[in-house]
Amino acid sequence: MELVEHYLSLATKAIFIENILLAYFLGMCSFLAISKKIEASIGLGLAVIFVNGITVPLNWAVKEYLLVEGALSWTRIEALKSVNLDFLSFIAYIATIAAMVQLVEMLLDKFSPFLYSSLGIFLPLIAVNCSILGASIFMQQRAYNLGESVVFGFSSGLGFAMAIVTMAAIRFKLRYSNIPEGLRGLGITMILTGLISMAYLSFSGINL
Amino acid sequence: MDKITKSILSDPLIDNNPITKQVLGVCSALAVTVKVENAIVMSLALMFVLASSNSIIAALRKMIPSKVRIIVQLTVIASLVVLIDEILQAYVYDISKQLTVFVALIITNCIVMGRAEAFAMQNNIKESFFDGIGNAAGYGAILIIVSAFRELFGNGSLLDYQIIPKSIYLESGGWYVNNGLMLFPPGAFIILGLIIWIQRIYTGYKEN
Repeated sequence: MELVEHYLSLATKAIFIENILLAYFLGMCSFLAISKKIEASIGLGLAVIFVNGITVPLNWAVKEYLLVEGALSWTRIEALKSVNLDFLSFIAYIATIAAMVQLVEMLLDKFSPFLYSSLGIFLPLIAVNCSILGASIFMQQRAYNLGESVVFGFSSGLGFAMAIVTMAAIRFKLRYSNIPEGLRGLGITMILTGLISMAYLSFSGINL
Repeated sequence: MDKITKSILSDPLIDNNPITKQVLGVCSALAVTVKVENAIVMSLALMFVLASSNSIIAALRKMIPSKVRIIVQLTVIASLVVLIDEILQAYVYDISKQLTVFVALIITNCIVMGRAEAFAMQNNIKESFFDGIGNAAGYGAILIIVSAFRELFGNGSLLDYQIIPKSIYLESGGWYVNNGLMLFPPGAFIILGLIIWIQRIYTGYKEN
């Protein structure tokens, strides 16, 4: 029971209080580019949930069994026991993410053409989305264990998806409003994101 | 310095600014701008990575097969980022602690990938190098403006030097109170939105 509670509070924290987009600004580029259309936003949101949910635990395994000091002791080779490859972590994470995205794309193409046609174009974009690499680096910094990594991966993706779909809905409505010329497009989107982020700030008093 | 080099250097400063016009690299621009000091260090780090990655990719551009170019670019960029991250940790440890994950996230910073893809793959080493310097300077200019506003109104100081006199603060019998919102994410979004507005009035750029 305690474990479930712990995971639930971790998920709430990642979705609302420390939203990866609105509190840490990760994934802004694709957020600004894609939130013009609702269908595309839902597609990208789902793709981020999916890829984050896979890559964060996977990078946890890479960290735990390849990178940290003494991680290579499972090979039982004496010389490798004290090797510390921590400085390679960024390269290892981005390589894992790029490879994983490619693999997921091929698997979806083979086994689920429907999912592929709806997520397909977003998958390559995701390899260079900061929120994916960011989530893995947060996992490393906050020293999550396997269970926590899975929960954190999914819920940070969910937080991103929620923010981008909200924004797309607002921008859809915005088409009918008269905005000063220079503010149209990027400017007003920034200010609106600020307002959404202010709304999310109200969660920050909650202590979990 | 001939004309082309000059225009490569000066174009990204205002007319074709990476953040406000090309919409690249917004994530880190918002996240590290709580203090001017952090913004300057971040801009210098990005300038190093962007100028070197542009030159290296321009040097390799005829050897990179177009199918795997993204992976090659990512590897070059990630190696440079690891280098600058280690340097920052060695010489300015305090600031690198405050920049947290955002130095590592230069890897997925769209400016670096974007300029490698859009410029360095087609141009020679010298031009690519200056393109890197110019774009990093345009990025740095926005970062420093945003951070100056946030630090001045959020803390009353610039570069840790108190600008707003202590005597007018509420605590010491005056009337002035710092605007705490500036230090939170919404402040960054709204200030950047306003800067984009002003810049677009100045250049006359319209988005449809």
